[in-house]
Amino acid sequence: MTLAGWLQIILVFAIVIAAAWPLGLYMARLFGRTELLPAEGGLYRLAGIDPRREQSWMAYALAMLLFNFIGFVVLYLLQRLQFYLPLDPQGFSGTSEHLAFNTAWSFVANTNWQSYGGETTMSHFTQMAGLTVQNFLSAATGIALAVAVTRAFARTEAKTIGNFWVDMTRATLFVLLPLAVIVALGFMFLGVPQTLQGSVEATTLEGAKQVIALGPVASQEAIKQLGTNGGGFFNANSSHPFEGPNEWANYLSIFAMLVVSAAMPVMFGRMVGDMRQGRALLIVMMVMLIAGVAAIYWSEASGNPLLSQLGIDSPANYEGKEVRFGLAMSALFAAVTTGLSCGAVNAMHASLTPLGGLVPMFLMQLGEILPGGVGSGLYGMIVMALLSVFIAGLMVGRTPDYLGKKIEAKEMKLAVLAILVLPLVILGFTAISAMLPMALPSLANSGPHGLSEILYAFSSAAGNNGSAFAGLNANTPWFNTTLGIAMAMGRFAYVIPVMAIAGSLAAKKRIPHTQGSFPTHGPLFIGLLIGVILILGGLQYFPALALGPIVEHFAMLAGQSF
Amino acid sequence: MFSQLRPALFLFAILMLVTGIAYPFFMTGVAQAVFPVQANGSLIVTNGQVQGSRLIGQTFTNNRYFWPRISAAGAGYDAGASSGANLGPTSKKLLDRVAADAERIKAADGVSSLPPDAATASASGLDPDISPAYALQQVGRVAKARNLAEDRVKALVEAHINRPDLGVFGEPRVNVLALNIALDALSPG
Repeated sequence: MTLAGWLQIILVFAIVIAAAWPLGLYMARLFGRTELLPAEGGLYRLAGIDPRREQSWMAYALAMLLFNFIGFVVLYLLQRLQFYLPLDPQGFSGTSEHLAFNTAWSFVANTNWQSYGGETTMSHFTQMAGLTVQNFLSAATGIALAVAVTRAFARTEAKTIGNFWVDMTRATLFVLLPLAVIVALGFMFLGVPQTLQGSVEATTLEGAKQVIALGPVASQEAIKQLGTNGGGFFNANSSHPFEGPNEWANYLSIFAMLVVSAAMPVMFGRMVGDMRQGRALLIVMMVMLIAGVAAIYWSEASGNPLLSQLGIDSPANYEGKEVRFGLAMSALFAAVTTGLSCGAVNAMHASLTPLGGLVPMFLMQLGEILPGGVGSGLYGMIVMALLSVFIAGLMVGRTPDYLGKKIEAKEMKLAVLAILVLPLVILGFTAISAMLPMALPSLANSGPHGLSEILYAFSSAAGNNGSAFAGLNANTPWFNTTLGIAMAMGRFAYVIPVMAIAGSLAAKKRIPHTQGSFPTHGPLFIGLLIGVILILGGLQYFPALALGPIVEHFAMLAGQSF
Repeated sequence: MFSQLRPALFLFAILMLVTGIAYPFFMTGVAQAVFPVQANGSLIVTNGQVQGSRLIGQTFTNNRYFWPRISAAGAGYDAGASSGANLGPTSKKLLDRVAADAERIKAADGVSSLPPDAATASASGLDPDISPAYALQQVGRVAKARNLAEDRVKALVEAHINRPDLGVFGEPRVNVLALNIALDALSPG
């Protein structure tokens, strides 16, 4: 680890917080305003939406499901029919049923798991009208849901939590789109291509032919990062020199993927009328994320003794990393992309050292809340906060409350229902795949790393992350189908109970803060919340992690290979 | 539910047009007008012929050239199929591959140990850069193959080291294609 490495890490975090603060305040104002913005009125008239009519939690959730199901169907068809559609300069044929199923859920559920290599599979039209669209809409869906959950705390005795169509429109057109234009301009300036051409052919200095794939990369790259989507234009994702041409493009990538998620707790604080509450959640997210960065950086710098034995004069692990990013920026990217549910990668996670690979996996398994996907990270963190005040309440024998809303048996049952979705999907599918003869030929590595590949895949899918231990050949009917189900469950089965909690809390009175209330903005609560997140994650996943990366770590130290 | 069908369909169609058609086409127009070089892949064109992209590595196996990192993209530096090797840290395949490449490189450059980027595969398979240490290590071999004084080649490498901005931002590195093009200019044929 070097001083310059840490300076870069600290600087990126400082800039993110500095930008997230005003962005959060802006979003609070945007989603709180009742009068329409220019262009909104006409759009709602055209779509038959009455922007003043608010929805109950159930109507809101149903509208969200319907909208996302349409997105799924359209994206499925675009992929299957891309050969008959325009802008297919490489002449790619339609994708298989199971790949289209997987990719459609993947991009609708804000996961962007990719069982395919972008530049060898998807036409420009599919990338733009299919994948880029869902990059916006799945992120906007997350923002809308988080806004609705936030309103549940901000309101008293309310029957409604907002209008999904209005929140969706505003999140897309007035949050994500302007940011995407700015970030895309930055990417282009720094060297990311943006053309409708398919590829160019070069003659190398040694006289060989090199076909260089091109495309509308910058526009997709911008929203891929801003929306914590993570699905790259190219197979190698942000490690591809056209997606991450230099250190400045890399900083911009990390900034863009963090900024909206970091702004969400600021928005929350402003909307519930107590900035300290948002600040506490933001501190928890950032403290745990920085711990993750440090762990990966340390592990990669400590390196792989099996490689240094082969006559390499530094232990630093450069397998699967790019020289222009180095260890610090690869570690930062790996932690941020998995603490968020982004899933873009600028280094190959499969080739991280065992403990360096454990951290991203664990960050995903903690529920994608550090700071999580845009929107989904905030409501995931709120579920954890409810669990924390409940545990604190049990300790002192009081009915707990969070932000003046009494947390009772009904809310806790729903919260536990939501929390159980992830371990059920992750551990269940991993266990089945590890025993299934038809799944095992997909593995690229044997020994504990093979199990890690499967565990990582389902952690990534259920957490709606999308990064991979990419040795795994997931483009098979088994993995495409089960990962598709895991992504849909991780998104939609999780959020329905959360919306039910929101509906229930919105209807409650806000009880005044008294001497006996547990303050949820101080260091005690921050510590408790971190503890609850770690213990819950540890209890659920430690046995599986022990069989994968932890065993591999000790095998590596003992000089064993597989 | 059915009363929601019209908002869902219309809103989806409108947002799809804005984000999937208007946005990328608008950005493409801006890119082609304002950043034409970057937008088309930062290509290096000499005498009307595309030699490659400044950002994308190429295969070099000749002793007359500096060698890049190990590539797992297609058959090596296939810029139409980017990929890492994706082998885990305890993989026998990884260790065998690194051992073989390390032996080959050490023998070619006449050294006993290598910098960490020399025998490991990059993430994209298209890494255009190598570390200054790996570039300097190759000076002797390249100078000999070209009948040049080592000092001249070394000076060329030094001139091509991209140092961190303000000493902090970025990693020190050498763009192999740019270096090799400069080398050809220095000693053609």
